[in-house]
Amino acid sequence: MTVSPFLLEMKGINKHFAGVPALESVNFTVSGGQIHGLLGANGAGKSTLMKILSGAYLPDDGTIKGNGRLFQWGSPADAKASGIHCVYQEVDAALVPQLTVAENVMLDRLAAPESNVWIKPNEMMAISEQILSRLGVEINVQQRVGDLSLAEKQMVLLARILAQDAKLIIFDEPTAPLSHSETEVFFRILHALKESGVACVFITHRLSEVLSHCDVVTVMRDGRNVYTCSTSDTDTDLIIEHMLGRTFTEEFPKVEAPIGDIILEVKDLRKGTKVRSVDLKVRSGEIVVVIGLVGAGKTETSRLITGADQIEAGKIRIHGKSISMKEPADAIKYGIVSVPEERRKEGIFIQDSVDHNLSLPSLSKLSNMGLISNKKEKSLGTRVVEQLGIKTTSGKQLVQHLSGGNQQKVAIGKWLESDASIFVFDEPTKGVDIGAKSDIFQIIGTLASQGKGILYFTCELSEGIGIGDRIAVMCDGEITKEFKRGEATPEKLLYYASGGGKVGYER
Amino acid sequence: MKDKLMNLAFRYGAVVVITGVIAFFSFKLPYFFTYSNLADILGSITIVTFVAIGVTLSLIVDGFDLSVGSTVSITTVVSASLMIWYEQPLVVVIVVSLLVGAIIGLLNALLIVKLRIPDLLATLAVMYIVSGIHKTYTQGYTLYNHMEFPDGTKAPGEMNATFLWLGQGKLLGIPFSAILLLIAVVFVHIFLTRTKYGRQMYVTGGNAEAARLSGIRVNRVRTLAYVVSGLFASIGGILFASRVGSGQIDAGSPLLMEAVAAVFVGFSVLGAGKPNVIGTFVGSILIGVLVNGLTMMNLQYFTHDIVKGVVLVLALAITFYVLNRSKT
Repeated sequence: MTVSPFLLEMKGINKHFAGVPALESVNFTVSGGQIHGLLGANGAGKSTLMKILSGAYLPDDGTIKGNGRLFQWGSPADAKASGIHCVYQEVDAALVPQLTVAENVMLDRLAAPESNVWIKPNEMMAISEQILSRLGVEINVQQRVGDLSLAEKQMVLLARILAQDAKLIIFDEPTAPLSHSETEVFFRILHALKESGVACVFITHRLSEVLSHCDVVTVMRDGRNVYTCSTSDTDTDLIIEHMLGRTFTEEFPKVEAPIGDIILEVKDLRKGTKVRSVDLKVRSGEIVVVIGLVGAGKTETSRLITGADQIEAGKIRIHGKSISMKEPADAIKYGIVSVPEERRKEGIFIQDSVDHNLSLPSLSKLSNMGLISNKKEKSLGTRVVEQLGIKTTSGKQLVQHLSGGNQQKVAIGKWLESDASIFVFDEPTKGVDIGAKSDIFQIIGTLASQGKGILYFTCELSEGIGIGDRIAVMCDGEITKEFKRGEATPEKLLYYASGGGKVGYER
Repeated sequence: MKDKLMNLAFRYGAVVVITGVIAFFSFKLPYFFTYSNLADILGSITIVTFVAIGVTLSLIVDGFDLSVGSTVSITTVVSASLMIWYEQPLVVVIVVSLLVGAIIGLLNALLIVKLRIPDLLATLAVMYIVSGIHKTYTQGYTLYNHMEFPDGTKAPGEMNATFLWLGQGKLLGIPFSAILLLIAVVFVHIFLTRTKYGRQMYVTGGNAEAARLSGIRVNRVRTLAYVVSGLFASIGGILFASRVGSGQIDAGSPLLMEAVAAVFVGFSVLGAGKPNVIGTFVGSILIGVLVNGLTMMNLQYFTHDIVKGVVLVLALAITFYVLNRSKT
């Protein structure tokens, strides 16, 4: 296509959010005809960097140059005008389901101010068919996009980007929701794009995909570009080493607890594409940590186990008895309680007081002849506040005024005096400061020592190693590996969490 | 400073306005502040307050019930027809009327909770359906004692005396219906603030997903709210039939707006910031006082809608302005 390949350079990019540095003098270069893999743990700054590249954020400092020409963008539209596009994971948000494939492919041309008032359906269909065939995919362009599969939608979105002379395309974890065969088709397209001179940035968690499909890999950590190398000169171990960097120094108070009989047993749990087959066992007094990267299906699994969503297939047993659940109330009846990931949306009632939050699941116990006893409610509140060390002025304080860590303690505390036997935590340390984190680990340890079973979903490797009696690694909706306490290292966990050890993967 | 003033206005605004309005009328109209007139006001607001309690309950679970007016209309004619056409005993009349209200509530709940139609649209549709049914049922006629049918025959029955007493009788000079209302307000207030079901309703309305994950069966709670809303509307309908002694067509339609106004005035009473039954009661009183005073000042009845509308707009303005501001 172009004689000299397109070259994009980002130099000395800095970005702060509310005083916290998200990116520190990052350099990043990508050229046409190249697939550039971008790796990094959660919060390493990958997304921020790509949002700056696609015009969604403005950098505090630094320059972006395309073929030596300085780019200055105010919005994603400016970036698109320069040929830089982004394929986000949520392809649905970018397509109009009621329109046909052809109309979606040509959507940006239809929306352009200089476009013709009259739409020529035949021409539109012809052009979009031509673009799709360039990608090597066959989709009927008269079909409504709403009827397509997720992978097909992704291709329509790609075709739409190609309809506007793309020079650089950012793919944000495009393969996460795809099946195995769909992934193969995707990579065929990716290579076709590369051949046609497009620069591709490929964000992923899967190391194997990077090594087998990318030309160059960049690893980010803590807002910096720590490693850039041609994929032919590197291997998994080197990449993992750079992703992890320092050894972890956080402390994990671990309360020793005797481990008893199996309380919860999950067999071949399935739902949609996110939970493909999950087996788990939790014994009394045991902390089972499920580690997985973002998108591995952890939240979905936890919602199935706590009755928030309905399972499609599989069995859940409590004390050996098979149970079926329609809603969370059923799970709670069986003693399974949850501390959900989206604390403010799902775990607590921010407009309500601490006492009211804590008493909610136990209101029956706190009532005399149907009337809630203020005295009993208050004393329950005081007990839990003291026990968990919740920092609040009084039980009447509204939960929205508490810090993130204390809000999380409220979300846990409301279950303390219920008869729960299994506690399911989903990323409980998200948005919690270090001191409160350590408190939360302490609380979880205490619960285990009381004979409760703990199921702990997290993407933080160090937390898993720190508190888990057993660590199950989850990848693509399946448990791929289990470690006993002391066996796991961050390297091993990351290896299995990013798809290592699966068929077709070679070290 | 401005914030403080706004919060003060939100907290005490409604109470100050009511006191002011009462003071104004008492000063202007010598007959206004008398026992019998105040008792009259209380009597006049009972029906709309019963309807407003229903609306309050639906709002607490973050829903809305527009069908309450039609429910009043249909229970009015159903209760009258049971006595006038079918000569049924009092118990049957009351039970069937209440059942009609509960069934309409159940229908609303089915549409909203099971089929997930947005509450405003679902209850709007039900409002028209019910309104159509009650006109079809009576063929458009008002029902009165021994009414004459088009074919010349006469209806066999008449309104039961005890039934009429419900809406017209007095105890110690206070209308019996007003006493019934006071009991209902106290009862519902205790239910909402002191029982687990009341707490669950507020929590469901505040954050349905968090409520569900906390083990509350939110669909059940919401269904209950709509059923009870229908029940209260049907009590309003029974009292209406009893008050006027006949089965009027479309008796309930003007009540919807008044009830909604009362509920939203109640939002701000003493800074509650959420639907509450005491507030609703106070809101009803405000509207009742205004209508009573304006009538005594010889303002024509059709101007009343303007006043009620303005009260609703003011209440909505204060409520949403303060609530939205406190969120940011």
